[in-house]
Amino acid sequence: MLSVLVAQNIAFGIIAAIACISAVRMVTTQNVVHAALYLVAVLASLAAIYILLVAEFVATTQFLVYIGAVMVLFLFGVMLTRAPTTGDSRLTGDHWPIGLGVAVMLAGVLTYVVLDFFGSDQLPNDPIVFDTADVGDSIFSTYLVPFEAVSVLLLAALIGAIVLVRKD
Amino acid sequence: MLVNQFLLLSAFLFCTGVYGVLARRNAVMVLMSIELMLNAVNINLLTFGVLHGTVSGQVFALFIIAVAAAEVAVGLAIVLLIYRNRSNIDVDDLDLMKG
Repeated sequence: MLSVLVAQNIAFGIIAAIACISAVRMVTTQNVVHAALYLVAVLASLAAIYILLVAEFVATTQFLVYIGAVMVLFLFGVMLTRAPTTGDSRLTGDHWPIGLGVAVMLAGVLTYVVLDFFGSDQLPNDPIVFDTADVGDSIFSTYLVPFEAVSVLLLAALIGAIVLVRKD
Repeated sequence: MLVNQFLLLSAFLFCTGVYGVLARRNAVMVLMSIELMLNAVNINLLTFGVLHGTVSGQVFALFIIAVAAAEVAVGLAIVLLIYRNRSNIDVDDLDLMKG
């Protein structure tokens, strides 16, 4: 059991390092297409983190929806808006130090609160495994109304997007 | 595994997304940073789901993924409209409502 936990921790370290480096590169790179590729790296590592958190169905959905659909949408957006894809310093605004200050302060507060509240709490060593059937049961019983609301929201977003970009 | 390691990873990614939203000028890059923030929140939901032994965390993570997909569709439609009207998507130039 202990060796499994060590393996999980090593896996977490590697995946988290990939996610953090890719995220920082994503918000600092000067090339829009590179940023999209770094976002793919972040999303894929987060899918791996979800598997570490015994959420296989969410990880699969992450791959299908984000890396499949949303990234294609982003690349369409990049191509249709003809954003500069070569080195161009105009991708980052002149007021980036303010953004950096806000982000650092927020990170400080969040880190302090998390460390203060959770200290050295451990996740359960053998967590309860919820498979896809359990997730489906929960969605279609306890969370039926929110599920229907999300369905209507998706429909409204789809129709809204079409209406917005329609040429007439 | 510690609870903290997941929560700190999530906090770091969220703050990176905040920096991206505030510092980037390209509207598509702002949308990408918002996706990063939404994913950071998903880590938190799944972590607390495991910690409390409930399936609700996974269900809410799925809801967030669905809402994020809708948000990207509408957001990119708005970005395309801005591009069609102004032929660039620099969010710093969108100061029509500035007093």
